[in-house]
Amino acid sequence: MILAVSFVGELLNRLLPLPVPASIYGMIILFVALCCGFIKLSSVKIVGKFLIDILPLLFIPATVGLIEAWDTMQSFIVEIVVISLLSTVVVAVVSGRVTQFIIKKRNCND
Amino acid sequence: MIEFISGSMFFGITLSIVAYGVGLLIMRRFNIFIFNPLLVSIALTIIFLLATGIDYQSYNNSAKYLSYLLTPATVCLAIPLYEQIMLLKKNFTAIMVGIAAGVFFGLLTIFVMALMFALGHYEYVTLLPKSITTAIGIGLSEELAGCVPITVTSIMITGLFGNIAGKGICRLFGIEHPVAKGVAIGTSAHVMGTTKAMEMGEVEGAMSSLSVAVAGGMTVLGAILFSTFL
Repeated sequence: MILAVSFVGELLNRLLPLPVPASIYGMIILFVALCCGFIKLSSVKIVGKFLIDILPLLFIPATVGLIEAWDTMQSFIVEIVVISLLSTVVVAVVSGRVTQFIIKKRNCND
Repeated sequence: MIEFISGSMFFGITLSIVAYGVGLLIMRRFNIFIFNPLLVSIALTIIFLLATGIDYQSYNNSAKYLSYLLTPATVCLAIPLYEQIMLLKKNFTAIMVGIAAGVFFGLLTIFVMALMFALGHYEYVTLLPKSITTAIGIGLSEELAGCVPITVTSIMITGLFGNIAGKGICRLFGIEHPVAKGVAIGTSAHVMGTTKAMEMGEVEGAMSSLSVAVAGGMTVLGAILFSTFL
């Protein structure tokens, strides 16, 4: 079932001229299908839980692939690292604080 | 031996799983954030490949089947999200505004820092997609005519950092609400961060998954706008 959803996601990724990856299409499709009752939670839950549990493992090969790109980025690796780390902190703090602020404000109004 | 390994169908997978197992063991034994299983296993794999002189292609010949599962596994992130749908409905505005603010300030930070480092347009657009999930990031980098391998590198650094430090950042900056924690981690560190959010709790994980998708979409639009600034 999950593979079928991934396949439909892949299909949309090829057919539609948007930079949306198959996995995000698939996520939306599965979410909508669960909401409509088109796919039953019990039919995907066990496999889904397993795949989510091993998700970190699945990132290893792609990340190890960075050793291949080493030569191209040596020249500005410091900038890449500094910008990546700093902007990650900014995004996390801004999005987290704003969300929390609105939730708390609304809870006070209730 | 090396020749045999290069042709082996299971070497890369085995190496990755063993490295990840060692990473988990070390995490359990020491429980210090720097011994993050993902970081440890990636470091071990790279060290092993460099030490033995086995090239990445031979490793990836078999390890690519792990990457192959990445799409269905990401699709599955819809499951915890569905289980938390009431929470999503209840906090819809807060979540959406929070993600939008995070995406905007993230792009702004990259813009400001690109000016500080005196980067050219090419380097700048290469780094714009850095907070979103790899697959969208690659598409966006191509769209903006950036350097895809470097975009992927910055995405990996971001994800790894979010996975390691996300929890600490939330604590340090007083982000306590589980929904806000999930949004913070998902918006800043995509699916790699989400794996950490999953460990923190069901609500955090679900909100993080949602944020990855929404932030991805918003970043595509925002980055196209921001790319005209420099």
